Amino acid sequence: MKNTPFTKFHVALGAKMMPFAGYNMPIQYEGVIAEHLTVRKSVGVFDVSHMGEIWVRGPQALDLLQYITTNDVAKLYDGKVQYSCMPNGKGGIVDDILVYRITAQSYLLVVNAANIEKDWNWITQHALALGMQIGRDVYNASDETAQLAIQGPLALKAMQKLTSASILDMEYYTWKYLEFAGIKNILLSTTGYTGSGGCEIYMPNEAADTIWKAVFEAGKEYGIKPIGLGARDTLRLEMGFCLYGNDIDDTTSPLEAGLGWITKFTDTKNFIDKEYLLQQKKDGLKRKLVGFVLKDKGIPRQHYPICNASGNKIGEVTSGTMSPSLNIPIGLGYVPIEFSQLGSEIFIDVRGKLLKAEVVKLPFYKGE
Amino acid sequence: MNILDDLKYTREHEWIRVEGDLAKVGITDYAQSQMGDIVFVDVQTVGEMLEKGESLGSIEAVKTVEEIYMPVSGKIVEFNEKLSENADLLNKDPYGEGWIVKISLTDPLEINDLLDAQSYRTFIESL
Repeated sequence: MKNTPFTKFHVALGAKMMPFAGYNMPIQYEGVIAEHLTVRKSVGVFDVSHMGEIWVRGPQALDLLQYITTNDVAKLYDGKVQYSCMPNGKGGIVDDILVYRITAQSYLLVVNAANIEKDWNWITQHALALGMQIGRDVYNASDETAQLAIQGPLALKAMQKLTSASILDMEYYTWKYLEFAGIKNILLSTTGYTGSGGCEIYMPNEAADTIWKAVFEAGKEYGIKPIGLGARDTLRLEMGFCLYGNDIDDTTSPLEAGLGWITKFTDTKNFIDKEYLLQQKKDGLKRKLVGFVLKDKGIPRQHYPICNASGNKIGEVTSGTMSPSLNIPIGLGYVPIEFSQLGSEIFIDVRGKLLKAEVVKLPFYKGE
Repeated sequence: MNILDDLKYTREHEWIRVEGDLAKVGITDYAQSQMGDIVFVDVQTVGEMLEKGESLGSIEAVKTVEEIYMPVSGKIVEFNEKLSENADLLNKDPYGEGWIVKISLTDPLEINDLLDAQSYRTFIESL
């Protein structure tokens, strides 16, 4: 199992540690609910060094990325970040990723920890077909890159103290290289997985100690706290953000998953599964990922059956929890299209009991 | 880890406190700390006779769900209604305000088969 450059800090803080995607990661410190509310109200720090970083460079970089991702990479400009996904050639999803345009010939892809190897094999296979050189044009920097997500309404205000470059006025999903906590060339982006604003910071492993300490010192007056993966999951779920392995995977279509907004069927862009997905769109979707709230007492969990009123299984819960912000049970799951309209009544089989649920609009959490 | 000397314990991390003909049942400090934030306690067995080892209800934490098992045979006579609104009492005070049910014992001698504090401590240290 791998440690991140921050593992020693988590252990010293008394975090509950668990293996996640091959990394020794903090699940919680003081408790999921308290940590969740810290991020909603002030500022919290996540070690997300387990995420993968893959660089794509050279004159063919744009062509490669246009082909292997669903979003329109040509819309990016230097300093812009894009959410996207990589279709798998069978109508499913290899991974959902972030694409950073550094220059017209240099892009940073941020991928899920559990998928680093699969993504690397997938990307290099298509890069080789374009004659790109592995190691130069496509480079896996995952093991040498550490990452922190500083999230919450006070995150940017706190982090502004560590840099002379202006970050408070950065637009959502943009990035800057800046001198941060005295270290040059730190990449900071206004991205995240919580819905509460803030930034993510990428750094070489050697800078990790200095930056961790500086971040907590700068955030002290704002009540900054470390946040575990437990709260990361409840925060993203309140926003209806998909988690790869739960809500999307190699068998789910981006359109079914509600990722049509990052699937661009423009004439100037050819990509893997374009025809297949276009046909799926024309034919009409058979099922959709929906958000639901339980009306009865109980908590939906991954893999619990979703049923109709007669108790017949019509789908499956892909994510579920008690929402710490709203204090109601919430979940995501796939249902046949006729059950996907807002207000539809569905039932969740919670260990043998059919509990009533209602399909609702995402996000569950709409801000304070 | 808090383990009280005057209680009896199970390997499933329930505790039982005999008070006359009745006994209170809850989960241990170890169990609540392993589960994390508890958000819902589901007990719908009030009035039922249950055998030792049978599930009397379940506890939902943010990330997990666990069954609660009868430490001994008996009848469920009362559910701690405070838990309906404040399930986190199981985290805050597992041996006090966070008791889960009161039961009447079928056979008081069954208590002797349970772990005492010292044995329970040895047991959780071995986990």
